[in-house]
Amino acid sequence: MIKKIKSPADLEKLQEVAKRRIDPEKPCIAFCTGTGCLAYGTQKLVDLFKQEIEKRHLGDSLYVRNTGCHGFCERGPMAVIYPQKIFYQHIKPEDVSEIIEKTVLAGDVIDRLLYEDPVTKTKIVKEDDVPFYKKQMRLVFGMNGLIEPTSIDDYLAIGGYSALAKALSRMKPQQVVDEVIAANLRGRGGGGFPAGWKWDATRKAQGDPKYVICNADEGDPGAYMDRSLLEGNPHCVLEGMVIGAYAIGSSHGYIYVRNEYPLAVKNITLAIEKAREFGLLGENILGTGFSFDVLINRGGGAFVCGESSALFASIEGRSGEPRAKYVHATDRGLYNKPTNLNNVETWANVPLIINNGAAWYAGIGTAKSKGTKIFSLVGKINNTGLVEVPMGITLREIIYEIGGGIPKGRKFKAVQTGGPSGGCIPEEHLDIPVDFDALTELGSMMGSGGMIVMDERNCMVDVAKYFLSFLEGESCGKCTPCREGVLQMRKILDRICEGNGTLADIDTLEWMGQAIADGSLCALGGSAPNPVLTTIRYFRDEYEAHIKEKRCPAGVCKALITYSIDPETCTGCHVCARICPTQAATGEKKAVHTINQETCIKCGACYESCKFDAVTVA
Amino acid sequence: MKEKVTEIIQKYNSDKGFLVPILQDVQKEFNYLPREALNAVGTILNLPLSRIYELATFYKAFSLRPRGRHQLSLCVGTACHVRGATLLQESIERGLNIKAGETSDDLEFTFETVNCLGACALGPILVVDEEYQGQVTLSKTNKILKKLGKKVATDDQED
Amino acid sequence: MSEMVTLKIDGRQIQAPVGSTVIEAARDANIYIPNLCSNPELEPYGACRMCMVEIRHGKRTRLVAACIYEVSEGLEVKTDTERVNNVRRLVIELMLSRNPKHPTLLELARRHGVEGTRFEVDVRGCILCGQCVRTCREVVGVSAIGFEGRGTTRRVATPFNESPAECIACGSCAYICPVDVIPLKEKDGVRTIWKTDFPMLKCQSCGRTIAPQRQLEHFAKITDQSLDDLTKSCVHCR
Repeated sequence: MIKKIKSPADLEKLQEVAKRRIDPEKPCIAFCTGTGCLAYGTQKLVDLFKQEIEKRHLGDSLYVRNTGCHGFCERGPMAVIYPQKIFYQHIKPEDVSEIIEKTVLAGDVIDRLLYEDPVTKTKIVKEDDVPFYKKQMRLVFGMNGLIEPTSIDDYLAIGGYSALAKALSRMKPQQVVDEVIAANLRGRGGGGFPAGWKWDATRKAQGDPKYVICNADEGDPGAYMDRSLLEGNPHCVLEGMVIGAYAIGSSHGYIYVRNEYPLAVKNITLAIEKAREFGLLGENILGTGFSFDVLINRGGGAFVCGESSALFASIEGRSGEPRAKYVHATDRGLYNKPTNLNNVETWANVPLIINNGAAWYAGIGTAKSKGTKIFSLVGKINNTGLVEVPMGITLREIIYEIGGGIPKGRKFKAVQTGGPSGGCIPEEHLDIPVDFDALTELGSMMGSGGMIVMDERNCMVDVAKYFLSFLEGESCGKCTPCREGVLQMRKILDRICEGNGTLADIDTLEWMGQAIADGSLCALGGSAPNPVLTTIRYFRDEYEAHIKEKRCPAGVCKALITYSIDPETCTGCHVCARICPTQAATGEKKAVHTINQETCIKCGACYESCKFDAVTVA
Repeated sequence: MKEKVTEIIQKYNSDKGFLVPILQDVQKEFNYLPREALNAVGTILNLPLSRIYELATFYKAFSLRPRGRHQLSLCVGTACHVRGATLLQESIERGLNIKAGETSDDLEFTFETVNCLGACALGPILVVDEEYQGQVTLSKTNKILKKLGKKVATDDQED
Repeated sequence: MSEMVTLKIDGRQIQAPVGSTVIEAARDANIYIPNLCSNPELEPYGACRMCMVEIRHGKRTRLVAACIYEVSEGLEVKTDTERVNNVRRLVIELMLSRNPKHPTLLELARRHGVEGTRFEVDVRGCILCGQCVRTCREVVGVSAIGFEGRGTTRRVATPFNESPAECIACGSCAYICPVDVIPLKEKDGVRTIWKTDFPMLKCQSCGRTIAPQRQLEHFAKITDQSLDDLTKSCVHCR
């Protein structure tokens, strides 16, 4: 049983012990075991590795570290080997013994497992030199690679909880608030509201108890940085929360986390237990007299619960129906008590600010958006993954230099930011510096940091329809504009995608969009029209092609396309005929095949499976 | 059943605020939310059944009907959508002869769509009985269905 | 007497107690703001969005729901701007797509110059104002009915769509419904509501039906009287 840490000085001693536990010269292989890499089968690799070590009696000569997400999900399973920081990607079970033999024991690099720069075709040895990482500034996310999320010792060894000790022992609560205000930390969950102001308002509000909540109900499809932080570095989030609670004067906290994130739930649960054991959470934290504890509440699968008042309803054990926010949550939030809600990434930034000071933090970023932001770069992009960049970097740098551009040499069409509440940004705006305000100006938003890249094969009307369908399913159904309005907008888009739209439909959509935004009860409805309005704004020609020419330029909308087989390229391999669910694709082996348009259901199976690109869509 | 429900509720100190997690645990225990269990939750927590029913039908994670022996969840998050999840959904629906959100009459299969599992690099993702299948294609899903005992067209050479 | 604030609605200066909502202030001053889900007997809810008004605070203007927004000193409210009317017209058209014939909705349409709905009509009748559910919970206090599902599949329902165990057949839900979509029938001493037959008790003096037995039992319980006392006489023969 660990003795509770009774003072900041005790903490320093313990950090020192934790640090000395690890010999920096001893080889260490750090596997990415985030959800993405686990899905690639990384657990099997780790187990093999451990077996191999046991077999060779190498237990004392190296460390194996199961870390959280490294971010470069495209290249999993992956590992970094210290102290050289050799980066191996796409590791297979059969590579395990070779890695031990050559790299861990002999220090040699295995060429085959290195990342190859797609442009220069050179192999890159070190993690930091990989272009994907090079342009990043991984202040928050970089810690993931250095620790096992299940080990509080690992977190202490990298100086964990120092910020908490500093705040509790050397700063008054108001000073902490002022520091966060001066850093201009803005909420990373959606609106970008300054966190310090929120803290200040909650601190000054009348009411007891006051609640501090971490929103880990990451619902934006295509965004998963909060999950990766909570999985990969739960103590950092917790530390941020305790500091916030101290500043605000709160003794009760909640972490509201998606139940679809089992690993995150597991790791944060363990972190809470450990922090309590160490006296970093609970009664009399670090012997300073300050007390604060946290409970975990799991969501039930409702996007709308990311909205603060719906989230409170869910924690109170009710359906996630938002209430009007004319009274701020900082005055009357959870159980009608003053409540401060920030998301995972926002909390994770707090220890950094306290450790390094507001001036340092405010030195990063643009005039009104400070620090870094983690984006999930997904969709039609070569380097899918999580990237942390300073505010103010351009979309082009993110997509082309970090993301490595669009796969298969296809053409970039749009990047969708801000989740279902955001918008689609076209090529012409790729050079704007990314921050909260610039994205809003373009009709999109920062949101939680999802960046979904689309290429010429994505139909923008279909994308707009996708987001509306998503929101239709996620609307709580309380207010009329959102419940019925989004449904009717989607029906109009259905018509357009089926070739039955009129030009007047575009006007109706624009008119409805404004009225829904104005009339909805909460932000879900208020921003629901955004994907439609931005696609009309930037891709009106695509809408018009569907309406006037009954044509889907991207070849997506089923009613407007036909699949056919090019007799010149067809080799008669018969794959299309085998996979066709309606026997519409037919032909003798080794002879040119054809598609019967009468029976074709346009499922796209032939198109996808043809190895010779003989199936065409028009 | 009531004993089990009591046990679950006690784990949360009979705090009504944990109704959602309580129902999640109940569902985990019984594979769905049996009516009797919901009645028991109401009695123990002194809550009207209408409120529990409201909650159980509001959140997507809950099912009031028994779920299939095999559970297939297709991610339809944005990243998976732009990589063709819709075509996969239709193909799975055809293969299993049920729509997303339904369970087959023989209780063999439940198929549902989920909103982003946060493994976008692997998209499109199909979770089959809790195992992630990444970068799924039409022929891959057909092979999966075939393995689970469904008759579907595949591009396998041997058929 | 509670503290008062002065505000302006459509240019008219009025006074209202602190803590009251804009719609209450307007009601007291005889200023019409259309609404379908607001009811003085119920907690503010803000779902139908018919009562949207434009407010000005300093230089900023924005739309708020008058049934929830609280008055404050110097608040300026406009009930009839282009933005406000656009929201109302949209709401009316959307409601007509669910209930194209009810006189209340048609009257609202007429007032706002809406000639009909341009949206696909899919009749459900119910406009989900929630007054029935809230009355059952907040006023009657039995919570026999609630909502089912969410989004476009949301509807008012009894648990499992079966005979509601808690229902006392008081009929408040049917009475309060602004679009008359909750059927209530009384025949041969039986009240039928939520597809359930509730026997009614008769007055011991005059023999007229008084109310459903369940309702009287509920009333007896909360007022600490006996069922016998309650049925000795009725409003007609007292």
